[in-house]
Amino acid sequence: MAHGSRGGTAVYLAVFSALLALTGVTVLVSYIDMGLMNVVVALLIASGKAALVALFFMHLKGESRLVWGFALVPLLFLALIILGTLVDTQLR
Amino acid sequence: MSGGHSAEHHDPAVAFEAAKLGVWTFLATEVLLFGALFTAYTVFRLKFPELFHAEHEKLNRVLGAVNTVVLITSSLTVALGIDAVKRGKARLLQGYFGATILLAGVFLCVKYVEYSEKFHHGLFPGTNIFFSLYYMMTGIHGIHVVAGMGVLGYILVLARRGRFSEAYYTPVEMSGLYWHFVDLVWIYLFPLLYLAG
Repeated sequence: MAHGSRGGTAVYLAVFSALLALTGVTVLVSYIDMGLMNVVVALLIASGKAALVALFFMHLKGESRLVWGFALVPLLFLALIILGTLVDTQLR
Repeated sequence: MSGGHSAEHHDPAVAFEAAKLGVWTFLATEVLLFGALFTAYTVFRLKFPELFHAEHEKLNRVLGAVNTVVLITSSLTVALGIDAVKRGKARLLQGYFGATILLAGVFLCVKYVEYSEKFHHGLFPGTNIFFSLYYMMTGIHGIHVVAGMGVLGYILVLARRGRFSEAYYTPVEMSGLYWHFVDLVWIYLFPLLYLAG
């Protein structure tokens, strides 16, 4: 049980500011037509925001390897489900 | 091995770790629940790119962005509430969790305004595949927001009864993990539905 640090509030506010900034960027970028790159950029920014939330708000940063495993393995399965489905629907 | 029934659960630190793994396991099932919807989105988006592009422009980008900010702020207040109780400031926890529940209410109100506007323009779940996915994904996410309000409200009631302190705040941390997950799902829903159709 890690105890809350005095610097905790400052870190949370910094993460919050970064999340707001990234939200602003992703909205602004969406007005530029880049074709397929729009989705790629939107997903990259979303993943950056997701990483910030998981690492700092969900405290994954200081977690054991076991918890990291519990957090990441489902994403592997999600990738398998999406890829497996696409192999079927795209190459049929 | 010998004689250790559930003695480990009497150790609060071990119980905390066990609870955490339990919540992450539950979140794994949630990833797969939303994952099925994200898979459907990907398949149909690749199949009907023009339809997705035309339909996504009917969504209100500004309201979607406002709700993104609302949920991010609610995640911050949860994180600050947990940090407060860790430092022994149990009263501050009540304020932060109350603010979080309020923000969740704001999110649902904005969602209500959006749904009404779409219904008014004749855009229903059965209109086309884009709106089927839009209502299904945001609807299931909305149910999670309501559930989150229930969980956070329950924690708030317990906090008012003085159940939490810097020595014991396991349920507070667990409710936070769930709420951040609800925020995480929206972080992906917003660009996929509103921005990059």
